[in-house]
Amino acid sequence: MNSIILQTATRFLMPLILVFSVVMMLQGHNKPGGGFVGGLLAAAAFALHALAFNPAETRASIRFDLRSIIATGLLCALSAGVLSLAQGMPLFTGLWMDVAVPGVGHVHLGTPMLFDLGVYLVVLGITLLMVISLVED
Amino acid sequence: MSTLAVLPVIVPLAAGAISVALWKSLRAQRVIAVVATLLLVVVSLMLVREVSANGIVVMHMGGWPAPLGITFVVDLFGSMMALLASIIGAATALYSLKGIDRRRQSFLYFPLLHVLLMGVCGAFLTGDIFNLYVWFEVLLMSSFVLLALGNERAQLEGAIKYVTLNLMSSALFLTAIGILYGTFGTLDMADLSRRLAATDDRGVVTTLSMLFLVAFGIKSALFPLFFWLPASYHTPPFAVSGIFAGLLTKVGIYAIIRVFTLLFPIDQDFTRPLMLFLAAMTMLSGVLGAVSQQGFRRVLSFLIVSGIGFILLGLALGTRLALAGAVFYIVHDIIVKANLFFTAGLVERIRGTSALGETGLVSVYARAPMVTILFFVAAMSLAGIPPLSGFFAKLTLIRAGLEVEQWAVIGVALVASILTLYATTRIWSEAFWKGPERTQDEPEEIEAAPKTMVLPVAALALLTILIGLFAGPMFALADRAAGQLMDKQGYARAVLGEPGAAPAPKATGHGASGDGDSGHGAAGHEESP
Amino acid sequence: MQILIAIIIGAIFACALYMMLRRSIVKLIMGLALLGHAANLLIFSAGGLARARPALVAPGASSPPIPYADPVPQALILTAIVISFGVLAFMMVLVSRAHDAVGTDDIDEFTSTDR
Repeated sequence: MNSIILQTATRFLMPLILVFSVVMMLQGHNKPGGGFVGGLLAAAAFALHALAFNPAETRASIRFDLRSIIATGLLCALSAGVLSLAQGMPLFTGLWMDVAVPGVGHVHLGTPMLFDLGVYLVVLGITLLMVISLVED
Repeated sequence: MSTLAVLPVIVPLAAGAISVALWKSLRAQRVIAVVATLLLVVVSLMLVREVSANGIVVMHMGGWPAPLGITFVVDLFGSMMALLASIIGAATALYSLKGIDRRRQSFLYFPLLHVLLMGVCGAFLTGDIFNLYVWFEVLLMSSFVLLALGNERAQLEGAIKYVTLNLMSSALFLTAIGILYGTFGTLDMADLSRRLAATDDRGVVTTLSMLFLVAFGIKSALFPLFFWLPASYHTPPFAVSGIFAGLLTKVGIYAIIRVFTLLFPIDQDFTRPLMLFLAAMTMLSGVLGAVSQQGFRRVLSFLIVSGIGFILLGLALGTRLALAGAVFYIVHDIIVKANLFFTAGLVERIRGTSALGETGLVSVYARAPMVTILFFVAAMSLAGIPPLSGFFAKLTLIRAGLEVEQWAVIGVALVASILTLYATTRIWSEAFWKGPERTQDEPEEIEAAPKTMVLPVAALALLTILIGLFAGPMFALADRAAGQLMDKQGYARAVLGEPGAAPAPKATGHGASGDGDSGHGAAGHEESP
Repeated sequence: MQILIAIIIGAIFACALYMMLRRSIVKLIMGLALLGHAANLLIFSAGGLARARPALVAPGASSPPIPYADPVPQALILTAIVISFGVLAFMMVLVSRAHDAVGTDDIDEFTSTDR
């Protein structure tokens, strides 16, 4: 597709959708949202890019290979589960800690967040793999 | 050691994640595949020993207690199945090193194999009915991709049939779970078994049990629902067919056994005659299909269907002996069926064709006596010749049938066994004996049977001989597994504690009219730090 | 309401099966998608149709406001949607490849595996 309107709009929309996807992922533990929705949104942003420009450019703009993204996601999700095993608790027990970040204050971090991040990356990777292979046909 | 209960899922997941991360290096993926599947065998073996020594192992995910959270419940049957899955997984990984071409391997073949094993093990170990659905989907997703990997025409056509019918079955499974939750307000199988035992509403229970029977019947290829299997299992590479043949339909029949021992009663007027009929027809139609086919793997595909009939027979007869027979048969069938498909791969490499009517390049019997002997062992075991594993499995089932005087179905089982023998001897004479003793163009055939492909076949053949030789201890184990399967209260007690300790809320039992806030499952999932 | 939803679910199941029995593979995909929706809607209504609030715990509170809707069916449906999303995406890739390989969208022509 070669539409100037779509291409221009994509340039504005893509960063917005990507930022929103991260927001959705981060608030997912206590409010509507989560890793799956976030990952899907991010994949939608890149799919929009692939439609407006072309799939090869999208692949290039992601910088990382999609397989590496999936692998990172899987490892994140897995470590979220296994960290509690290492502490002698059942698999996937939530572990939390407060981290002091200068300028922000206390940030409440936990393994469910790590799991959400993993889901985000896996969903992003797999969806894009399928979408791009369909667009490339 | 409840951690042990989840390791058969964690190990393949970790292996899968690491090998995706190393997508650039096929060599690393191959090493990980072999090492991780062997590690899985060790882990599952430890799990079997643990369960065998100390009884049912339970792990509550995330520390949420049983009816609320997801539980892994490992009894002897489940752990034995996980062990078999890991053995077949290791054999497949080894066989795939040379048995799968580089193009397929580089398209994430090994990670998919790990994910498949994770799904299979998860399905065997979980104690939550919805979680069972999720594991089914995990293993189905990876099996879809493995089946279509390579994009050959026959593969794609086979995959469409396989995917469609399996999705149909998943939708039915999901529907049944929805009604089950709406009626009984819980998804934990131990909790469900108590509530189902307490209910008087036979109508809902029978409807649900039939929904599950159809859903799992499609997945395990029972009599009228098996057509997807012979249409797809002969299309992918032999390593993939081998692991599918060994494990996938067995997950379906495992689910039937689990659901009909733990949740639903097999009542005398309706369910038992139906199951006996289905078992008889599955045995018979599978073996008749096998006799009429011309392709090596097509024959074997129909024999898978027939084998499922024998396992269902054990469940349908319902006595402890029969259930032990079913467990024994499942163990035997997983090993032998995977082995036969692996052998089919070797034979095709040697002969140049897998069609039985055609004369191949060379007589396998003359060219590769070792492969011939290995096939002979597996085939005779399948037909039920003593002293191999199949003989004792069938003997147990038939003895159990004679005890409860089900003459007709035992007659069908015997006929099916004889026809199985006929089908395998036909493969033997067509594929192994026919053909010239020497090929004209000798140099092309250098690596027809590489060691990494013969080794797993030999190991599995050895296993079937060992099970035959040590049939006594094996039977004792199967008998204990059957005893545990029949002890519903024991299972529920292991998961939930004594019945009095946590009084289960009364089942609503009136369809979907409750307003859904019975308090169950509605604990606000907000962890306090 | 119960009866209306029940009829709708039945109608969607019927449409799904009808679509799956057509000869076009594109309609097969639509049938599969509808099948998933019907199952999800069934779980949703089987869990109980009620006018209630979402089971979210407000900051400072220790339990969700009463009456709240049973969150378990919603969680089940969400999981099922995720799965059917993945499966359908795969099915679309598969069908487009199969269409290229066989050269037709008529399922009756997909017979090379039956011989």
